[in-house]
Amino acid sequence: MADLTSDFIGIKSPNPFWLASAPPTDKEYNVRRAYEAGWGGVVWKTLGEEGPPVVNVNGPRYGAIWGADRRLLGLNNIELITDRPLEVNLREMKAVKRDYPDRALIASIMVPCTEDAWKAILPLVEETGADGVELNFGCPHGMSERGMGSAVGQVPEYIEMVTRWVKQYTRMPCIVKLTPNITDIRKPAMAAHAGGADAVSLINTINSITSVDLDLFAPEPTIDGKGAHGGYCGPAVKPIALNMVSEIARSPEMRGLPISGIGGVTTWKDAAEFMALGAGNVQVCTAAMTYGFKVVQEMISGLSQYLDEKEIALSDLIGRAVPNVSDWQHLNLNYISKARIDEDLCIKCGRCYAACEDTSHQAIAMSEDRVFSVKDDECVACNLCVNVCPIEDCITMERMAPGMTDPRTGKVVEAEPADWTMHPNNPMRLNAAE
Amino acid sequence: MDAKALAPGIRPGRLDKALIEAGFADLHPRLDDHEALVAADRCYFCHDAPCTTACPTEIDIPLFIRQIATGTPEAAAKTILSQNILGGMCARVCPTETLCEEVCVRETAEGKPVEIGRLQRYATDTLMAEGVHPFERDAPTGKRIAVVGAGPAGLSCAHRLAMMGHDVVLMDARAKPGGLNEYGIAAYKSTEGFAAREVDWLMQIGGIELKSGVALGRDVTLEALQAEYDAVFLGMGLGGVNALGVAGDDKQGVDDAVDFIAELRQASDLAALPVGRDVVVIGGGMTAVDAAVQAKLLGALNVTIVYRRSRERMAASVYEQELAAAKGVRIICSASPVAVHGNGTVREIEFEFTGDDLTPTGELFRLPADQVFRAIGQTLTGDGLPELDGRKIAVDGTGRTSLPGVWAGGDCASGGDDLTVTAVAEGRDAAEDIHASLMG
Repeated sequence: MADLTSDFIGIKSPNPFWLASAPPTDKEYNVRRAYEAGWGGVVWKTLGEEGPPVVNVNGPRYGAIWGADRRLLGLNNIELITDRPLEVNLREMKAVKRDYPDRALIASIMVPCTEDAWKAILPLVEETGADGVELNFGCPHGMSERGMGSAVGQVPEYIEMVTRWVKQYTRMPCIVKLTPNITDIRKPAMAAHAGGADAVSLINTINSITSVDLDLFAPEPTIDGKGAHGGYCGPAVKPIALNMVSEIARSPEMRGLPISGIGGVTTWKDAAEFMALGAGNVQVCTAAMTYGFKVVQEMISGLSQYLDEKEIALSDLIGRAVPNVSDWQHLNLNYISKARIDEDLCIKCGRCYAACEDTSHQAIAMSEDRVFSVKDDECVACNLCVNVCPIEDCITMERMAPGMTDPRTGKVVEAEPADWTMHPNNPMRLNAAE
Repeated sequence: MDAKALAPGIRPGRLDKALIEAGFADLHPRLDDHEALVAADRCYFCHDAPCTTACPTEIDIPLFIRQIATGTPEAAAKTILSQNILGGMCARVCPTETLCEEVCVRETAEGKPVEIGRLQRYATDTLMAEGVHPFERDAPTGKRIAVVGAGPAGLSCAHRLAMMGHDVVLMDARAKPGGLNEYGIAAYKSTEGFAAREVDWLMQIGGIELKSGVALGRDVTLEALQAEYDAVFLGMGLGGVNALGVAGDDKQGVDDAVDFIAELRQASDLAALPVGRDVVVIGGGMTAVDAAVQAKLLGALNVTIVYRRSRERMAASVYEQELAAAKGVRIICSASPVAVHGNGTVREIEFEFTGDDLTPTGELFRLPADQVFRAIGQTLTGDGLPELDGRKIAVDGTGRTSLPGVWAGGDCASGGDDLTVTAVAEGRDAAEDIHASLMG
């Protein structure tokens, strides 16, 4: 068993799997169950300022998108921050941290954008023995209407300002949680960095309407005939999250800024991907909400097996794929491949043919007895046939060796890489002679 | 049909070798990777899952299936084997249709359970093919424990004890270890020498010394074992076979089904194995079905299972009954043998129809038979054993017998339902209790 012990900005946990600040971490009972199930850390559901707590709707809070066999692929929620009094949450956090000193416990916080509000709550949180704070600048629904959550996260200046206050008024490590509901994730991340954040965590949920009730003509989840946009999460958002994490990880200005990866982590593999793209650990919510806390056991055994097979330490995994995240203009245009269909594996469904013939490059031939083969003189290696084929590894992409002639272009495959920056068709090309 | 197949008497080569080989092929071959992913995808990862509760060894089934679904069948195998070290064999022989798969929520909802048994085989086969033994021995304890019987109970007990650092001497009366895994069970459920391969793999834990050809009561006494070892586990199974108790039971051609199956399992050439043209198997359990189906697969023309009670009360699962029917075995219920006829060699066997409470109806019938197999249960044999509960060794929940320092499990012990998986659970639990009592 590989050692999964994690040290994220000085916060130690037995594994890199934390529960994200969300409904599963709203109270002591849940958090104790989570720790017992094996979660390495918990970000407690977001605390608000002292006084009467927020209220939640009394109709449905969640909406969902399903795949085949009703597999939950995306979840949308309109729940607000904790609706329990601050002092109750703080008391429970203290009790839990006392009983589980080896687990990470982070307090998520969201209070109005005033120095006094932040100054007031931080000592109270510190008193619980929590290992750190996470600033919730991400929630895109409800709280944002009141100038908090993503309303802060969408204004880099506010992020920097509040982060500075937090660094000023507490010694606890500070994680800034970012909203994806912006155009360039690097801007808010830079603001957090400039404000002194110890780390950023992302992504929070994405503005969404999951579906529309076509009888009521109202968005779902529907409450008394009306709906409001919610925050989208779950497996469906993972690709968006991976990209945003990688954008920060490969940004020279933020090199070394620790990232806590969030967004659709469901299996060990998802976690490993986030970590390879630069996340120091991951936070999970929807997988736990779908399958229960026990789901972490598969993440632990799977990541451990993977690290053993790769013979690398957990720390070696973090950021390992970052150097390979590139810009389009630097991709090797002399890398030429062709689709190959394994006739033994092929079940003759013809989906590759339909996809290629109707929507791509007419590069697949179909014989009368339903044998499918690739026309190398038409194939541009777009990969669509691979993606629509129901059989894994039935269609693969095979690289053409240098020296061979590409039947599509009639040109010899070059051994040396060449990218768009030097392509003759590029009016902005870099020309060594000039 | 050629003359070979029709010839009366007990003779070899009723079918061509190729047909015999095809008949004895793996009943449920290993799923390929794609099939395994599709099958694993159907699992809902139920909370407090009914399948796990139904498993005598309480394997965490949702977890291992999820581990398969996420591309780590090795981790899945470890989840299985940590609860059931013979998870590979159990995947092949467990009556899953009356255990885990019967209670699968998808069986309840759709009549189509997640294929738990086959997924278990996929995971365990994957790990074993990699030659990996995923467990390590704890530091030596200096304790020595005798395990009598190298069948499922004994193997399971020995492995768990060895893992906890004890030194185990594992003895078995037969030439090879494995017990019923090696000598019982239909050949199409354990192909390519799987039982022996599994034992070899299991022994990789170390700390287990195997002594074959050592029988309790013949070569060694329980008293001597008690004196020599820190603890003794009895898992020698049932050595005796019940007799029919009717006239002519001793005629030539009347044999024990377990002997037929054992001979078949050890045969290097099935085409050379003799079988009757008209075969009658008496009994209603798994052994009866295993004997009947295999007789059919060897080329017997007519194979009939005769069971004394109603169909519903057959110990063989519905799946096994259907398997027998599919292979062409006729099942006659509510009939008891009254006489075996023939001049030295069996020619016919006579039955009387009975009510479900076995009251005779006076209605008699005869079946032509040149081979009759008794499969009406086995009995515990031996002297100087711990106290019995009925016809088996009395044990408590952790396998303790009436004698201090002596535990028992598997078919020779009371309780349980004489399944491989039950024996594994009992061996494991006894090992845990032996460990606890020796280490204080």
